Amino acid sequence: MNTGGIKAKHQRLVLVLVALAALLGAGLLAVWGLRSQASYFYLPAEMAANPPETGRAVRLGGMVEAGSIKTAADGVTIRFMVGDGKARVPVIFRGIVPDLFKESSGVVAEGRIGPDGTFVADNLLAKHDERYVPREMKDMTEQQARAAVVETQ
Amino acid sequence: MHRFANPARFLRLARWLTLPCLVAGIVITAAALAWGLFSAPADYLQGDSVRILYLHVPAAWLGMWGWGAIATASFVELVWRHPLAAIGARAAAVPGAFYTALCLATGSLWGRPAWGAWWVWDGRLTSMLVLLFLYFAYMALADAAGRDGDGTSRIPAIFGLVGAVNIPIIHFSVIWWNSLHQPPSISMGKSAMADDFLYPLLVSVVGFTLIFAGVVLARMRAILAESQAEARLRRKAMSEDIA
Repeated sequence: MNTGGIKAKHQRLVLVLVALAALLGAGLLAVWGLRSQASYFYLPAEMAANPPETGRAVRLGGMVEAGSIKTAADGVTIRFMVGDGKARVPVIFRGIVPDLFKESSGVVAEGRIGPDGTFVADNLLAKHDERYVPREMKDMTEQQARAAVVETQ
Repeated sequence: MHRFANPARFLRLARWLTLPCLVAGIVITAAALAWGLFSAPADYLQGDSVRILYLHVPAAWLGMWGWGAIATASFVELVWRHPLAAIGARAAAVPGAFYTALCLATGSLWGRPAWGAWWVWDGRLTSMLVLLFLYFAYMALADAAGRDGDGTSRIPAIFGLVGAVNIPIIHFSVIWWNSLHQPPSISMGKSAMADDFLYPLLVSVVGFTLIFAGVVLARMRAILAESQAEARLRRKAMSEDIA
C-alpha cells in the first residue's frame, strides 16, 4: 500500500473514533434522561419525598424491617414495614408470599398507596442481594458469614 | 495482528485449533456443570436453585462478550478493511445470540423460585432482551448484505459498532437504576460469592469460552470455504461464457 493508502487508513481511524465518541455521548445522554423512568421501583425515601398520587399503580422496593411482619387473624393477610434506612412505609398484602420473602431481606411490592398512607400490595417479589453463601455457613451468625465471604475476596 | 489477517495463514491455524477448542470446551463445561450440580454446596438462602448459576452467568458473560467481539471486529473492518474481521464478526453472531437466549431462558427459570416472577421489565432484563434482538437484527443485516451485495457492504459493521452502546448499559443497569436483579457479585477482583460457588463458576466460564471460540473458528472456516466455492463457480461460469 502506498502512503496515500496509509493516510486513508488514518482518516478512517479518526472518523470511526469520532463517531464512537459521539455515539457514546448520545448513549450516556439517553441513559441520563432515563435515570428516573428506568428505575424499577421507588425507594421508601423517594416515596416519602415525592409521594405518587393515591391509587396510581407503582412499585415500592426496600428492606423488610426485622420483626415487622405481622400475620392477621385470617392467616393470609400480612402487614410489614419496608425501609431503606431513611424512611419506612407500611405495607399490607393478602396472598401467597415468595419463598425468599423474609425479614431483613429485599422486597419489591407492586400495588398502590392507600388513602391512609399504607401501601396496598397486589404482588410481592423477593429481591436477594449479590452474596452467595453455602448452606453449611447458615448456622453462623450473619456477621460471621459475611466475614467469611469477605475473607475470600 | 497483520500476520493472521492473511486468510491462508489463518485457515492453517484455524484448522489446527477448531477441534481442540471444541473438545476441551465441552469436556471442561461438562466437568464444571457436574461440579456445580453435584458437588458444590447449596446457597443458604436460595437452596439448590442457586445451581443454575453455573449456566446462567457464563451464558450472560459470553452473550455480552460475543457482541464485544462483533464490535471489535467491526472496528477493525471499518478502519483497516481486513476481510477476515468482517468474517469474524459474522461468525460470532450466532453463538453470541445462542448464549444470550440461554441466559434469558435460565434467568427466567431462576427468577420464578428466587423472585416469584418469570419475567419483570427491570433495567437488566430489558437491556439483555434488547441485546438478543440486536443479534437477530445483525444476523438479518449481515445475511442480506452477503446475499444481495457484492460482499463489501459496511452496514453490518456500522450496526455492530452502534449496538455496542447496549453493552455498558447492560452492565451498569443494576448500578444506575433500582432493579429487581441484584448488583454484580464479581467485579474487578472482588467477589461477594463464596469460593465454593466461585471456582466451579470460573471453570464453567473457561469451558463456555472455549466452545464459543471453537464455534467461531468453525463458522469462519465455513464462511471462507463458501466464498471460495462461490468465486470458483463464478470463474467457471465466466470461462464458459468466453468459450
